[in-house]
Amino acid sequence: MPPNKSLFLRSTITHADVAIIGAGPAGGHAALCAAENGLSVALIDEQPEPGGQVWRQTSAAILAAPPTPESQAGKALAAALARYGATITHHADARVWQIERIDDDASNRKSSNKKPGNRKLWQLEIAAQEPHTVQARALIVATGAYEYVQPFEGWTIPGVIGLAGATALLKQDLLVPEGDIVVAGTGPLVFYVAAEIDRLGGRLAAIMTVNSRKDWLGALPAMMGRTDLLRRGLGWLTRLRRVPIHWRTAITRAHAHDNHLDALEYRALNGAGTPHGGTHKIKAAMLCIGHGLIPDTRAAQLAGLNLSYAPALGGWVPDLDPDGAPAIEGLFVCGDGRGIRGVAAAVLDGQRAGLQATAFMRADSQATQAAQAALVRPYARAARFGQAMTALSSLPAGLAAITTPQTIVCRCESLTRQDIQDEIDTRAHTHQAIKAGQRAGMGPCGGRFCHKVIGQILKACTGTTSPPPPARPPLRPIPLTTLAPEPARYEDLPLGKPTPL
Amino acid sequence: MSEPFDIAIIGGGIMGCATALRLADGGMAPIVIEQGDIGRGASSANAGTLSLQIKRVKLMPYALRGHALWESFGQAVGFRKTGGYTLAFTAQEAELLLERQRLKADAGAPIRFISPPEVRTAEPGLTERIAAASFCPADGFANSLLTGRFYRTRLGEAGIPYRTGSPVRAISRDKTFAITTPGEIITARRVLLATGGWLQSTARLLGVDVPVRTRINTVSVTERAPPLLSSQVGHATGLLTLKQKDNGTVLIGGGWQGHPNKEPSHTSMGRVNADTLRTNLALARYALPGLDQTRLLRSWTGFEGHTPDFYPLAGALPGVKDGFVLGCVRGGYTIGPYMGQLMGDFILGREPEMPLFDPARTFMQDSSL
Repeated sequence: MPPNKSLFLRSTITHADVAIIGAGPAGGHAALCAAENGLSVALIDEQPEPGGQVWRQTSAAILAAPPTPESQAGKALAAALARYGATITHHADARVWQIERIDDDASNRKSSNKKPGNRKLWQLEIAAQEPHTVQARALIVATGAYEYVQPFEGWTIPGVIGLAGATALLKQDLLVPEGDIVVAGTGPLVFYVAAEIDRLGGRLAAIMTVNSRKDWLGALPAMMGRTDLLRRGLGWLTRLRRVPIHWRTAITRAHAHDNHLDALEYRALNGAGTPHGGTHKIKAAMLCIGHGLIPDTRAAQLAGLNLSYAPALGGWVPDLDPDGAPAIEGLFVCGDGRGIRGVAAAVLDGQRAGLQATAFMRADSQATQAAQAALVRPYARAARFGQAMTALSSLPAGLAAITTPQTIVCRCESLTRQDIQDEIDTRAHTHQAIKAGQRAGMGPCGGRFCHKVIGQILKACTGTTSPPPPARPPLRPIPLTTLAPEPARYEDLPLGKPTPL
Repeated sequence: MSEPFDIAIIGGGIMGCATALRLADGGMAPIVIEQGDIGRGASSANAGTLSLQIKRVKLMPYALRGHALWESFGQAVGFRKTGGYTLAFTAQEAELLLERQRLKADAGAPIRFISPPEVRTAEPGLTERIAAASFCPADGFANSLLTGRFYRTRLGEAGIPYRTGSPVRAISRDKTFAITTPGEIITARRVLLATGGWLQSTARLLGVDVPVRTRINTVSVTERAPPLLSSQVGHATGLLTLKQKDNGTVLIGGGWQGHPNKEPSHTSMGRVNADTLRTNLALARYALPGLDQTRLLRSWTGFEGHTPDFYPLAGALPGVKDGFVLGCVRGGYTIGPYMGQLMGDFILGREPEMPLFDPARTFMQDSSL
């Protein structure tokens, strides 16, 4: 097929030294660092404003909002990126749907007298108002993380939302729903969300955390390295002193009335995190619940990286060298997308990736060595804090018992835990085989939300650890009209030769 | 050392499993050795099309028998005989359609030509811009994702042992074949290579060069949509297949080529190429305008091995006594179960119902390519 003909469907191609997927703390700081070092940057992000999930901006429709540390950090990042407007192109409201590795034909032709040309480019297909293509020699993946909720009966009822989903609402719209709110789950996010709801005037009925006080005491040594963050956490607890806190407790079931959350069941947990003792009930109009974060690895997988299982980092993470350096030339991964270490570590990790990309572009491994070395100790301190929080957020093994056989585990395809077990009983012993047989993870979410619980069930039934299925393009569902613009004339379609007779 | 198996079948796709079942039926003790999961390679990554209108003329007798087998598998593989339309959108394509489908009808497929208004009455969701069309009532599709569970279950019922996650690293030949996998060494009196797109590298383990290349075929699926289409639909050039599954998702195929992987893993031999995908989707939108209201959920690449003449390898492995090879069947999803039966009969020393395809033949380059 002649290339000029096959290209007619593509609108425009823009070039940058480095393309960065994700404009959160890691990607944003990678962009700043690369720009400071003279690189041109294409910074691609799904949100209208930089800052990612954690530094999400207040909606532009809200004029006067009291600043929070998150909104201030987000504003500062946006301002810094704007100062580099000449070299950083921020593609907002834009989704990368495909990543390809292609030959740099132009440079190979030009540089034939220098190095024999097998220079490669990253080619990113972007769905946005104007679909376009970005080509870059270096690619930084900074896709962050998304939330996990261990499924329990009733978790799909309207009125039950994730902790991270709740923070998005609170940060962007400053909205708190009417009625009694229960905040539950694991780790520090429980207390952050509860404190924000309280600050914005919501009615907190109770906090129910899977963690014990002892869990928190155990994390203290790691937290001492970042007393600023520790102080902030203590501030949340002071604010929440009048709210009943149930330690070592889990929500086990949600009940609906008129298709909306009405009441919750909860039980105390034993040392292994398994519910034991009596069931209690509490009225609630809203439940914010979360059980830790999962690294979003799909863009890294699409770029060609394999995954390894690292429970201490939140689950499956891309295979990288210990310093985060690329296993594939010109590819860099930073932030929570390569393991959950929190926002403070993500900023420094983003800078590290920006420096590594700079050294790569200059073809000089020494170029940014000193600057990278200066990041090592602060990063280690921040990462230690972050990983202690990840440990507090991670699921105790016994908590899997809240997912009963009748519980929906794959929301897109309405599959229960029993459906998954039935497929395993036909000797489906990998994620892929379960996916094929039951369509688990084949809906719009692409397995993002169910792969962890299916992994748990597989492990419980067979003892095997199976990686999540490979990432497929498009990374998110995209309208066909965006992916394939209609040609002016049918004859313009580059159909090529018919199949053999 | 344990008693050697009568035959080790390397490759647990449709061809390998179907042959194993025939051999066990004939009294042999086979073992199936698969690098990934049973039926999880090309056997399930394809679009599940069962259409006589896209089969090669010379393979039509095989395809007719393959269709009958899929129909007999029924619900377990999600078989649906919907009838199928092949569409032409220009005068040139109409000419191609007429010429090709007539030859396929002469070869025994129940294909007839129908007028564009007839097509639109049956399938009002299709474009108004149809120049010519053919119809085959025998066409339809199956759910290729169920291939794995189907053959796992059949192997289990027949008591045929199989190994998964067992890529073959080496094959040596003494009195018997010794097949090295990461977990064990398996011995067998005979060996059948049925590794599809990997046939070239597998045959090299026995010092044989088979002229196999791999095509990387793109397949896509939309999210659930309202009813748009009730039949299988193809294109005069063979470059489009469309079908809507019971759950409302629309599968889009047509053999558009992805990028081959330099180092193929057992999970994929290739990757999606956005340029060919765009053309594939644009053609699909042209044929079925209702797709404009849907989102694409996922694209992936299936694959198929092929020889220079695009006919199968099915018979004795040249230069290796008690060695056999089966693969490169164009339309392998449709014809595979039947080829497995023929191959089984050949290995059992029986006369196959239809001729096989000698792997030692001189390959002529297909001139139509």
